[in-house]
Parts: sequence; C-alpha cells; structure tokens
Amino acid sequence: MTKDKREVAHRPETAAIPTGWEYSPAPESREVVHLEERYGLFIGGQFVEPLSNERYTTIDPAREEPLAEVAQAGKADVDRAVKAAREAYAERWSSVRPSERAKYLFRIARILQERSREFAVLESMNGGKPIRESRDVDLPLAAAHFFYYAGWADKLEYAFPNRRPRALGVAGQIIPWNFPLLMLAWKIAPALAAGNTVVLKPAETTPLSALLFCDVVRQAELPPGVVNIVTGDGRTGAELVSHPDVNKIAFTGSTEVGKAIQKTLAGTGKRLSLELGGKAANIIFDDAPLDQAVEGIVNGIYFNQGHVCCAGSRLLVEESIYETVISKLKRRMRTLRVGDPLDKNTDVGAINSKQQLDKIGSLVQAGIDEGAEIYQPPCKLPERGYWFAPTVFTNVAQSYRIAQEEIFGPVLSVLTFRTPDEAIEKANNTPYGLSAGVWTEKGSRILAMAQRLRAGVVWANTYNRFDPASPFGGYKESGFGREGGRHGLESYVALDDA
Amino acid sequence: MSRLPVRKTYKLFIGGAFPRSESGRTYDAEDANVARGSRKDVREAVRIARQAGAAWSGMTAYNRGQVLYRVAEMMETRRAELAAYCSGPDEVERSIDRVVWYAGWADKLAQVIGSANPVSGPYFNFTVPEPTGVTGILAPEPPLLGLVSRLAPVIVGGNTAVLIASESHPLVSIELAECLATADVPPGVVNIITGLRSELAPAIASHMDVLALDLTGADGDVAELERLGAENVKRIVRGRADSQSPYDIAAFLELKTVWHPIGM
Repeated sequence: MTKDKREVAHRPETAAIPTGWEYSPAPESREVVHLEERYGLFIGGQFVEPLSNERYTTIDPAREEPLAEVAQAGKADVDRAVKAAREAYAERWSSVRPSERAKYLFRIARILQERSREFAVLESMNGGKPIRESRDVDLPLAAAHFFYYAGWADKLEYAFPNRRPRALGVAGQIIPWNFPLLMLAWKIAPALAAGNTVVLKPAETTPLSALLFCDVVRQAELPPGVVNIVTGDGRTGAELVSHPDVNKIAFTGSTEVGKAIQKTLAGTGKRLSLELGGKAANIIFDDAPLDQAVEGIVNGIYFNQGHVCCAGSRLLVEESIYETVISKLKRRMRTLRVGDPLDKNTDVGAINSKQQLDKIGSLVQAGIDEGAEIYQPPCKLPERGYWFAPTVFTNVAQSYRIAQEEIFGPVLSVLTFRTPDEAIEKANNTPYGLSAGVWTEKGSRILAMAQRLRAGVVWANTYNRFDPASPFGGYKESGFGREGGRHGLESYVALDDA
Repeated sequence: MSRLPVRKTYKLFIGGAFPRSESGRTYDAEDANVARGSRKDVREAVRIARQAGAAWSGMTAYNRGQVLYRVAEMMETRRAELAAYCSGPDEVERSIDRVVWYAGWADKLAQVIGSANPVSGPYFNFTVPEPTGVTGILAPEPPLLGLVSRLAPVIVGGNTAVLIASESHPLVSIELAECLATADVPPGVVNIITGLRSELAPAIASHMDVLALDLTGADGDVAELERLGAENVKRIVRGRADSQSPYDIAAFLELKTVWHPIGM
C-alpha cells in the first residue's frame, strides 16, 4: 500500500465512532463455580488445616467482595509440603514408568478442557480479567501446555542428545497473579513430565484456581504428594525458597524478588529459573500495516489490563507516522469497554488488587509530574472494585520513570525514532529483555530488527502470542531459563553423561 | 661464553594489547614478577570486551569457527612454551584438540540448540541461540586445559570474555594470550587479567556489564560471588574444569524466539 492510499484510508480523529453504542449486559453466570468457605493446604493428596493457624480472605477485585478464606502457610506448613513432595518423589513418582507419567498429564489436560468454563469463570472472579480472555486464552493454553508436556514425559532422551536426563527431585514453584492457572500449567507440566514432584505457591491474591486444580489432581488420580499447593503471601514463598530439601526453584514475578531469590540460593548449588519483569518496546515503522499495528499496540498493552510481564509498554513510532498512529490509537482506545470481568463484551477488566492499583496510580502521577502528556478515553468506571482507565502517555523522555519502570498496568508510554538504529538503541536501553514487537512490511527489516533486539521473544507483525511449543523467557534482568517447547524441559532435568 | 637469555615481562592482555596493570603493581608467581591487576583493570577490560561484542557476535559462525581453529594452529606452534607452564606436552595436546573440537561447533550450534516450533496457529515460529554478552571467567586448574575448557565454549558462541587467570599459575594464561593475539581473534574478544583472586573475583562478579559468570575455577567464597552476580541477574555457571560439551556452550547462550504471521 502506498503512503497516499494509506492516508486516504485513514479517518481523522473527529470521524464518527461507535462509542455511544449501548451493549446489553452479557454476563457469564457465576453459578458454575462452587466455592468452599475456607480452604486448607493441599499436601500429600488432601486438604489439611494450616499448622500456622493463619488465614486470610481472598476477594473478587471487581466487586471488592470476599470469595473465600485461604490458609497463610508458615514455615512448618512449607516443611510438611516439601516432605510430602520428597516422599512422593522417592516412593512413588520416580518409579512410575515415563509412559504412565505421560498419561497422567494427558488426563490433566483433558480434565482442564472438560472443566474449562468453571475454571474460566473462577479465574475472572478471583483475578479480575475479562471472561473472554480467561475463556479464550488462559484455559485453552493451560490445557494445551499439559497436553504438550505430557508427550515429552517418555521422550526426554530425544530432547538431550548424548545425555541421560534425570529428574531433579522436588521443585519449589512460585507463580504470579496475572495468569494464575496458566502460570501453574507452565510450572507444573514440564516439572512433572521430567519426573519431579512439586510444591507450588500461587500468588497471594489469586489462589483459587490453583486450589480448584487440586480437584483436577484428584480426578486424574495422581499419586498423593506429587503436586502440593501451599497458599500464602511472600513469606510463604521465602520459606519455600530457603527450604533445604528443595532441589529447584522456579519463580515468575518481579525482578526485585527474583534477585532476592538468586541471592538466597547463592552457593547452594540449587537449580533456579527466573521469569521476571519487562519493559518491552513495540516498534512501528512507517511502512507497517497501520490498522493491524494499532490492534497490536492495543493488544500489546491493554490485554489483561497490562498485567503482563511481556506487555508492549513502550511504543516506539517512526516520527513520520507519529500523528497518524496516535490519532488512530486514541480512536481505538475510545472503543475499549472497561468493566465487569464476567461480561463477555468486556475488553479491560479489573485491576488485580488495591496494592497494584496504587502502584499504577503512583507511576502515572510520576509521568504527569515529569511532564508527559496523558490521554485516557472517556469511560465510566464502576464505583466498587479496582479500576484503571486505559492510558497513553505522549511526550515521554527516555529518562522518565514511565519509560523505565515496569508499571504492570494499562499504561502505554510513546517514544519516537527516525532510523532503525535509533529504534534499536532505544528499545535495548533498559535492564530488561523479555520481549519486543516489530511492525513493518519489509521482510529483511523484520529479520534485522529481530536479530538486534536483545529480548527473548520477538513478535513481528503480531504481539502477545503464546504457545506451549514456543519457548518463552528473558534476556538480561528479565531472568533466565525458558518455559515452553523442548527448551522448557531443561529447567527440570539434570543431564548426566550418557 | 654463555649468552644471557632475554626474559619475558608478563603483563595483562586487554583489547589485543599487553599493558601493565594501571596500578603499577606486580606479585611473585612461578618465579616471575607477574602483573597484579586492579579492579580498574577489570573495569577497563569489561568496557573493551563489551565494545568488541558486536563485531564478534556479528561475524558469521563459519568465520568464528575459523578463528578458533587458527587459535589451535598458533597453540600447535607454541607447544614447547605452553608445555613449560602446565603439566606437560600431554596437557598441551589435549588442550589444542579441545580448541579444534569447539571450533567445529561454531556453525552447528543453531541447528542443534535452536528449533522450529510448531505452534497452534498461522505463525512461523523459530528459536535461535544468541550470545549472552560479556562473560567473566575465573580460570580453573589444571592451568592450560582448564583455561581452554572454560574459555572456548564461551567465545565460540559469540560472547566476549574477561578471564581472571589462576593466581598461582598465571603464566600459561599469558602464553595463551600470545596465541590469541596472533590468531586473528579480534582485539577485546578475550581479555586476561592476572593478579590476586581476592581483589579481582569480586570486581568481575559485581560488574553490571558482565552478564554471565563462570565460577568453575572459583576457590574462595563462591556464595558471596554468586550473591554479587545476582545484582544484575547474571547467568552463573559452575561446570567442570575438564569438560567438553555443547551443553557448556549452551550455558552461555540466550534463546530468542521469533514469531511472524503466515498469510497471503
């Protein structure tokens, strides 16, 4: 498409847009989910009361209403879970034939598919993410992840030529609140496929899908102790990390906590994989298919309320198309529907917690204070619950906090560039290196950019795509180790000489 | 009448040159006055290694393989000198053969370590290995074979290295540097600092532009070095001094996955 044609195709910002359309509410029923009033810890194949005797209430962030009471696992609880995992590893799981191990994982995948609506609704209730996303992204991917790694369980020797892979033992796994069940799947599936047993700690604010997963474990008749779930806040995670009988720690979360974990494990010889923060550049060249690119920008930063470590939170636009892109983007932002996560028309759901809402608010304030220009589309936010309107900042300097720090919210910072070199320089100018996006119709430029971007995942003419067969993970301070694909197995095996 | 031999002054190896330590200090090892590198020397070496990274990693894999093979050629011509500073000819030969072995990996890594990924959607998706960046190495014993076993896998993948020589056996590393300097290894790809471990190891472990750290040769407080390394999430490797494996190369590589839609 020539430039002239594109400009003709572009409607000015003032053109009529369907923001006034009223949508009838289309809420997904909550009836499919049956919650207990209180949950214990899942240890050794059954729910047990926490020895700590501490509990807290987990809520629905869209309504600020309690959903259930869950346990705050203490040191003795973590120890009990690790012991159960160790016993299961030594006495049961390591003697299960790999082909049988595979079948357990296939069962889990199937059960997740069968119960996907229940899980999707619960995920949206406890996490605040739109049901369309839980239903169409989180659940299918979680099931697919188990299905993918199931097939590896009896083929490990083909993944590591000239080596004899063996399980590490007990894996301690700590996951974040942005994709609770999907992150559980990313952690548990490869660990079990490789023959490990696990103690997994879901995020403090989103424990419920992991607790429901215990019922999947029961239905799949997994031997007791192979999967143990301990709920709690960061203190529980710290106990798991420092437990002497854990062979491996896998963590997904902030870079700050990741560094602390790496320091705790220093000198212990324990295995570690880290999937940490990001501040990805989404780079738009002047020959990009602009309407698609704008969809990619929106998907890149407003998907899951921007609670995505690989979110395209820095938009780098070639100067010559800056005005056009910004006006198209603002226009598109005005069509985003913010509100009830259970409503099938919702694009942007609730912010996961009060704490995260405050963090987003303070960084946005910093952006305003530092001199960036803020735009938020007119949208009516519900009175109860935690909400943040989709936000874009222009006139952003690279030194601003909103261009440097991970906001983990629906906040986009826009920078411009004139040459590919400048785009690369700006994109790489961050301690992070998780992901990046490139939009251009020129194939050779895509490959050149892909080669020079220091990031573990590069999406070209697309953004925020995930697949169990596709390795995911960061460069630099975004962590190390990969999840997904053959490479994802490496984090869970020791490689002996053949 | 006997001839008075001309002795060699043992200096550092930074950016392809052989400077003295900026500190002007030396220490006594193997009956020689060996340069006692400083923290500032380490910083300078890291700066230069970082600069050298783009050209070295941008070179074709075939070329990098040839450069490594050329290192083996240079070592072969200096077998006697190298043998004098390690356990003897056998160690030298094994070291040379190891460099040749690694040279051959340069243009096979991406095929063995990378992958094409069959994702469930209309996307072309592949994963390629790329160098991590500046890598700090604490040279292990045995002096030559250990050095080569840890250095070759780092540089064959396109990383650049700052190597802290063995404190008690530093001379062989300078002999090796002379092989590197004459083998078309671009200046700055390998930098070697001699001196005291207690000064140099924390300096390299804590440097924020060093992205990977090989502690196979660490003899002191490994936990402290790992803690320092965590400040910028370094990839920290504790391997074997005598191993030869593509997995040792992979330990210093990042994996990049690229997605592109398929469509008409």
